[in-house]
Amino acid sequence: MFELQPFMFWLIATLTGLCAIATVISQNIVRSATWLLFTLAGTSGIFFLLGADFVGAIQLLIYVGGTMVLVVFGVMLTAQGPFINMKTSGAEWAISIVAGILLFSVLCFGTWGHFSAPQATAMDDPKDSHQAATLAQAMTGAGYGPIYKPVQRERIHYLLPFEIVSVHLLVVLIGAAYLARAKRRKGAAT
Amino acid sequence: MNPVEQLNLYLALGALLFVCGVVCMATKRNAIGVLIGVELVLNGANINFVAFSRFHPNFQVEGMIFALFVIVMAAGEAAVALAIVLNFYNNHTTVDVDTAEELKG
Repeated sequence: MFELQPFMFWLIATLTGLCAIATVISQNIVRSATWLLFTLAGTSGIFFLLGADFVGAIQLLIYVGGTMVLVVFGVMLTAQGPFINMKTSGAEWAISIVAGILLFSVLCFGTWGHFSAPQATAMDDPKDSHQAATLAQAMTGAGYGPIYKPVQRERIHYLLPFEIVSVHLLVVLIGAAYLARAKRRKGAAT
Repeated sequence: MNPVEQLNLYLALGALLFVCGVVCMATKRNAIGVLIGVELVLNGANINFVAFSRFHPNFQVEGMIFALFVIVMAAGEAAVALAIVLNFYNNHTTVDVDTAEELKG
């Protein structure tokens, strides 16, 4: 019997992995940024496949729409002549690839060794989870659970981290503008 | 397929992205290439968070909330890092991280 879920997983996962590898091995920084764009889009596909609609949509909005525009702007502002193609020496490539393969095998080995015990269970059907509402309830400290069920007694509050993230974004906004501004009073300061 | 095997496949994909990001950070000489590596690492971590929120009963909401926090942090990090890179480019007219040796103002 043909199952759609594993097929879609293998399709998206293969595309995402290949794009990630292409990001690493392409020497041209513009192409590297483009491959990263496809990798991020594939990651959001993985999120949709996992039933996390809201996180997938946010990934598309913020990462693919915002962060990638920033990176492409950085590439465009600095891509001049010698900086588009900066070669890495062969010995460094060899060491990095060996270290990368070793790290990947260690991670996979640890994953399969640890989670072979049948403790993980699939959640209920993601179709009937009201995700945006559930996440908003958890963020504002109202407790969480499906909204048609009574709210759980032990409440999980994410209100403080949510506020901290908001303030953090404001600080980043001001700090980035301060760092990136044009300095014109270098000679006058002496 | 049983849920554990599915979870392991998602974790393996996250590990692949993580390793790609680490190798990218180690090999790229362009400062923006290093930044791209950081984005890959954060995406690998996000895949792990969301996979656990789907397959582990205790992380149903927490996984997604932490993924959201990571996405916001990554946006802030990219903004500040790019501001630093552009400032470095203005001062030194290069984005080669090998030449960024002195930590002076």
